[in-house]
Amino acid sequence: MSHIVSHEPILMKFPGTNWDEEAGALVVPTAQAVAIATWLRDNDAFSLDYCSNVTGVDYLEREIKEKITNKEGKMETVARTEPSRMDVVYHLYSMQKQTGPLVFKQRTNREQPEVESLTPVWRSCELQEREVFDLFGVNFKGHPDQRRILMWDEFEGHPMRKDYTEPFDYEWEPTPHDEILEKHQRGKVIV
Amino acid sequence: MTTEKLKAGMNLDDTTRSELERAGVIVSQVDSLYNWARGGSVWPLTFGLACCAIEMIASATSRFDISRFGSEVFRPSPRQADLMIVSGTVTKKMAPQVVRIYNQMPEPKWVIAMGACAISGGPFKQGYNVLKGIDRYIPVDVYLPGCPPRPEAVLQSLNYLQEKIRTQDIKSDPAFTKGRRQYPVPEFTGKDLEPPYNPEVWQPPANPNIKPLEEVTT
Amino acid sequence: MNTATAPNYELIQQDGLETSLLEISMGPHHPSTHGVFRMDVKLDGETVVDLKPVFGYLHRNHEKLAENMSYLSSMPFTDRLDYFNSMANNWAYALAAEKLIEVEVPERAEYLRVVMAELTRLVNHVSLIGFFLNDLGALGTPLLYAFREREKILDLFEQASGARMMCNYFRFGGLRNDVPVGWIGRAREVVDRFPVFLDEYEQLLCENEIILSRTQGVGNLSRELAINAGITGPMLRASGVNYDLRKVDQYGIYDRFKFRVPYGEAGDCYDRFMVRMLEMRESVEILKQALEGIPEGPVMGNAPRVFKPNPAEVYGRIEGPKGELGFYLIADGTPKPYRYRVRPPSLINLTVLRDMCLGGKIADTVIILGSIDIVLGEVDR
Repeated sequence: MSHIVSHEPILMKFPGTNWDEEAGALVVPTAQAVAIATWLRDNDAFSLDYCSNVTGVDYLEREIKEKITNKEGKMETVARTEPSRMDVVYHLYSMQKQTGPLVFKQRTNREQPEVESLTPVWRSCELQEREVFDLFGVNFKGHPDQRRILMWDEFEGHPMRKDYTEPFDYEWEPTPHDEILEKHQRGKVIV
Repeated sequence: MTTEKLKAGMNLDDTTRSELERAGVIVSQVDSLYNWARGGSVWPLTFGLACCAIEMIASATSRFDISRFGSEVFRPSPRQADLMIVSGTVTKKMAPQVVRIYNQMPEPKWVIAMGACAISGGPFKQGYNVLKGIDRYIPVDVYLPGCPPRPEAVLQSLNYLQEKIRTQDIKSDPAFTKGRRQYPVPEFTGKDLEPPYNPEVWQPPANPNIKPLEEVTT
Repeated sequence: MNTATAPNYELIQQDGLETSLLEISMGPHHPSTHGVFRMDVKLDGETVVDLKPVFGYLHRNHEKLAENMSYLSSMPFTDRLDYFNSMANNWAYALAAEKLIEVEVPERAEYLRVVMAELTRLVNHVSLIGFFLNDLGALGTPLLYAFREREKILDLFEQASGARMMCNYFRFGGLRNDVPVGWIGRAREVVDRFPVFLDEYEQLLCENEIILSRTQGVGNLSRELAINAGITGPMLRASGVNYDLRKVDQYGIYDRFKFRVPYGEAGDCYDRFMVRMLEMRESVEILKQALEGIPEGPVMGNAPRVFKPNPAEVYGRIEGPKGELGFYLIADGTPKPYRYRVRPPSLINLTVLRDMCLGGKIADTVIILGSIDIVLGEVDR
């Protein structure tokens, strides 16, 4: 089995990073991202020379209900709002040492998302970061060729975001379902 | 040539006909001869978009052998092909190119919409980039459902097309009346294709749920 | 006139002649591209000076669809990602989802999974070699030989799962149903006769003068660039890196089978072609061992009826026939995934297309694209 990469040395060497226990990922501040990535690739203990997967995740502002024990020792449900954010997730492996994965995240906000591009470090990020730009709208500083990859060039909007509404061009058919049925029942016709 | 076609519209009885045939004379209509020739050698265009293309290629291999039905060669150039088998999902990014290729084909031309995706969007219908059926922009002659349809189904659809060709009347054939059929190519806008469908070719079915007196929100 | 972008290449200059670069768009409808793929090439005479791939013509938003459906409903959609190897895609997704819940896959199901995956590898490699030779100019004959073998294996798939191509056979915790009576005997027959076909193919192709002169030295990919660009699969192994996920991760029960991993030296098109031929022989070895040792028993483990995993993030990957196929799932406690991501091997293998083609002739571009082995359903999802 692949050996898991331990993250403690990274937390000690770069104090700005922290470890997200729930996701099992290393959260890295954007300013230091390229430096940390280069160190991870070149350092002999890690030699993470293979970046396997780059993707984006969109989190809207949401309310999380947690059950915690309060001061009297009883379980109660506490609600807190988690602010909105956008993550760019990298999965790193080492082909030389056959270890991995190390999950690496860059966090940014949803309104003007901007992160550092890791294409100068690992060439495999090139096309995948273009896809994150196209579908989520994240701006990658330092990317050699940032333009749309899957949608056509004149397209406006970022389809994989959670609040994207697609154009309604469904014609009426006898067996629609879910929101299409609802819209048809309210009389909405094809554009 | 089958004897039904030979008898089409002629008032010859069998003995006269067989005497003529023995002498080397065959009597028929121009329509039947024309349609027999056209239907018997329909050359498809290699237009595979997605998974259905593999079943189309499989129907051309030696197990299923489409060339026994006349489709001897698959031409890559639209100017040399008769039949466009639209096999696979047509996305909005690809739709203008499909219409352009259809425009480049010379008459007579036919279209088979192969697979659920080409007919109406298929399993990917809820998609921002999927065109809900190629018949929104170009006229389709045979619809072939399946996901993907078996190669035997592709051969059956070719048979249906050949039946349709054999019953065409050359006087009302669009090739001789209107010249080469060409349709306007849709353009990309910020949200969707412009126009979302071609009204000459396809009209959306009427929605029986329209409530004009109620406030329609969204 | 644009400046040349190929390294160490000088544009053709001749006194008295004014030349300019020719810009061609190869695709999206082209007889030799493997699907709707477009390349904008700039040519100086016949030499490629710049190349830009354009995709998105088959983008069917698989990822967005999966966010609105339950976990199991996306299983048929994974068939349509890489439409040659539907069983391998199913396994990658089942592997990722099984990491989210604790379920034990029964022995018989594990063995049958390996059998299906290796049969899929045979189908893929054999079709690829057929299409590659089609690109080289052998119009159709090797393709028909290859599809003859493919049909035998598709018959086996149809008897087991009900469909030739889009099998939808794997479930979380096992398989959908057991194989019918006599299937294992028929599979053994197909596998036993496969080396005869491979011998015939090798004899006709591997020492053919045209193939040797057209593919050796063409499309060289160095080892360092391959690792850095995230290339996986036979393309990586042809450049000399010994990284096969069946040996590294040892998912499923691959640690019980004895097989070798072929890898090449030069990283050119001929090496990629030969790596695939040799991999087919190794797959036959694995199939023989697996078909010998299938135990009796159930094929479905105790997966929960409603698949509602606790919040977690997983990344599950397998060695697909084209490279590393991975699924990244974020679960949030509801029956639908919060984020579903497919790591497509074909898209990432295309990163180096430009580097390999610059400076070569336009005819070589077609061969290099054929040897990368892309499937647009996976590139665009």
